[in-house]
Amino acid sequence: MTRKFTEAAIAGIGQTEFSKASGRSELQLAAECAVAACKDAGVSPHDIDGMVTFTIDNSDEVNLARCLGVKDLAYTTRIPGGGAAAAATIYQAMAMVNAGLCHNVLIWRAMNERSQYRFGQNPQQQQMSYQSGNGTGSLLWCVPYGAMTPASWGALQAARYMHKYGVTNRDLGYISVQQRAYAANNPNAWFYGKPITLEDHQNSKWIQEPWLRLLDCCQESDGGVAILVTSLERARDLKQPPVQIVGATQSIPYNVEVISNYYHEDLTVMPEAQGVAKRLWAMTGLKPSDMQMAAIYDAFTPHVLLQLEAFGFCKPGEGKDFVKGGGMALDGALPTNTNGGLTGEAYIHGMNSMIEGVRQIRGTSCNQVTKKTVEHVLVSSGMAGAVLAKA
Amino acid sequence: MSTPTEAAAPTAPKPTRIPPIVTLDAKFFWDGADQEQFLGQKCSDCGLFTFPPRPMCPQCFSVNRREVPLSGRGTVHGWTIPRHPPPFGFKESPIVAVIELEEGIRMVSNVVGCGYDEIRQDMPVEVTFEATMNNHKVPVFRPRT
Repeated sequence: MTRKFTEAAIAGIGQTEFSKASGRSELQLAAECAVAACKDAGVSPHDIDGMVTFTIDNSDEVNLARCLGVKDLAYTTRIPGGGAAAAATIYQAMAMVNAGLCHNVLIWRAMNERSQYRFGQNPQQQQMSYQSGNGTGSLLWCVPYGAMTPASWGALQAARYMHKYGVTNRDLGYISVQQRAYAANNPNAWFYGKPITLEDHQNSKWIQEPWLRLLDCCQESDGGVAILVTSLERARDLKQPPVQIVGATQSIPYNVEVISNYYHEDLTVMPEAQGVAKRLWAMTGLKPSDMQMAAIYDAFTPHVLLQLEAFGFCKPGEGKDFVKGGGMALDGALPTNTNGGLTGEAYIHGMNSMIEGVRQIRGTSCNQVTKKTVEHVLVSSGMAGAVLAKA
Repeated sequence: MSTPTEAAAPTAPKPTRIPPIVTLDAKFFWDGADQEQFLGQKCSDCGLFTFPPRPMCPQCFSVNRREVPLSGRGTVHGWTIPRHPPPFGFKESPIVAVIELEEGIRMVSNVVGCGYDEIRQDMPVEVTFEATMNNHKVPVFRPRT
């Protein structure tokens, strides 16, 4: 078969339950969510021929392929950058299908990130070591100084931004309250049935004073999420309405380093998200106002503001007014993280919010946007992003 | 020989701060800190300062690098107080800060000798050193007047 450009689409999504103690191996979680995505699409796991995950996923391709009975794996790759690069899995899968190299690409991320290992413990008793693909600057240059958790790195990054624009911790609370309202209505969410008020947010303990409280931080979760990517043409014949990947990209500007972003020129912006936005809007010919929903990586609440600004949903420094004015709500300018996000639903490294984008286009979210038809969804994890569309 | 009646000199508490993770490319930096020297890396060919240290100059691709003393003066570019979980190796929460050095590079460190209510953005600071476990030292910063 000759190579040709092939449009790509998401044909299936799958997940395990999201918990604090899965009680089984990460490999089992990976296999379970992979089968769920294949079943959703109506594709046999035997026919998977491409595999994409994170560099830091602990399950091996060959072991997972053995679980799934994959007959002939043609392409495997992994993306660096942790959760900030989550959307780069879609980028890779899109490119593999575009190039005609694969027919059924499985994206997975599965982890026992609460029950098996946690950030912020004594690093000498952890499996935290110097490895490529981890964004390791944080470890090397922060650990002797008591900055041992992603929250501490995130706070250092947010401090200059919050200082410059006078963003208070209370301002961040509007993000948490909105996302917990979504989670409260989502049976898959860890915080199902548990909304919070702004006062609850303000009464939660400081994690990083005076920037981040407990309710500004993503959860620690066990679980797995998988996505099956195939050609748009083939997806049309499968079980679900196809969700086209109209564009996807990645951006790692000079001196930018995952979450430990202290070295680039202006710490009040997120250059990686600006880079993603520039390429993504150019690639798709679309603009912020064409999006009816967004799934935005929210490991810590300030990241949401920085990405809203980077993508042009509001001007620099105006993110706080955008969220305070209900911009993220179902009837707002940009319904955002309608699954509850990583604070409300679960923290499967950003992957769980990306499949919420798919559900919004299919019209199957438990917090479905109904005020307008969801034609386009922005998926952003900071260092990578994608635009999904109703096909 | 001294008699048992002499009071033993009080021993300084053992440092509990975690020692740095030393890689080959940054060994000079931590070795210097052990000697209370604050060293930076400068390209021998084009003169660019780089931090974190790296084996090649990103401007001219030279692998000739020089270790040069840094002024040790800078400002607090951003800061945070880690409260939970309590940072391992500290009795009280440290002030963690991004320090912008006069040489135009930034590094993460601590501001010491400064109250939680005294720390300010862009506050002038200067280098000093604190001991870690395993007989190492790391550069930290104190308020500069």
